[in-house]
Amino acid sequence: MSIELILFIIFGLVAAVSGILMITRSNPVMSALFLILNFGSLAGLYITLNAQFIAVAEVIVYAGAIMVLFLFVIMLLRPEHEKLAFKIPGIKTFSIIIAIMVFFQLAYMIFFAHPGSIIKPDVAASIKAGTVETIGRELFTNYVLPFEAAGYLLLAATIGAVVLAKKKFV
Amino acid sequence: MPVPIEYYLVLSAFMFFTGVAGVLTRRNAIVVFMSVELMLNSANLSLVTFSSYLGNPAGQLFVFFVMTVAAAEAAVGLAIIIALFRNKLTMNIDEINILKW
Repeated sequence: MSIELILFIIFGLVAAVSGILMITRSNPVMSALFLILNFGSLAGLYITLNAQFIAVAEVIVYAGAIMVLFLFVIMLLRPEHEKLAFKIPGIKTFSIIIAIMVFFQLAYMIFFAHPGSIIKPDVAASIKAGTVETIGRELFTNYVLPFEAAGYLLLAATIGAVVLAKKKFV
Repeated sequence: MPVPIEYYLVLSAFMFFTGVAGVLTRRNAIVVFMSVELMLNSANLSLVTFSSYLGNPAGQLFVFFVMTVAAAEAAVGLAIIIALFRNKLTMNIDEINILKW
């Protein structure tokens, strides 16, 4: 077994298990912590895919910024125990069965289509595509308009969050 | 790259449907929101996988913009949840039904 496959199995298992633990914990703080673990292992998977910049951005933006915001809001609001009673009985099992069924359909599609036979991976091109240099050059040449638009989107979101969280808004 | 591309795609599909199950089964608004983040991340994993196996940086740039939108979405969504909590004193999405008629 090569080192890449071992790393994929470790990080993939951690990502899958922490995702399942995230949706099954009844305490939202535990859910948030498992989601942070999931994002950390995703950053490891990005490293195995030679995407250095995205891996670092995942840790800083998702695990660092967004999840800290989530944890702040969870701890700010009153922790209440989730009422697991649904208005329609059996809807929980039904939705889990639907999710598993569609997952197996998708997995069957992926193995049936077998994209590995069409895509010939080129390691040198893959390493070059993931560097900060390439991403930065693309961002400031071909993608400069979406980049500016993303800046305006963040400004609008900041103003919107301030206005929404103000007292006596609704 | 010795890991077949299918493994990454199946892991991404698994994480996506974990998120779907979370959205459908949980009643806490913040946990539902976190499940949506999980689905966004599984889509990001697919994009980075294809970008890396094809040697084309476009997928990773797309992931960069998805992260920007996710950050904006988290800020606005959490502000909405705080505003709702101030009015209804609950985070249970079954009780937040003022948009239903």
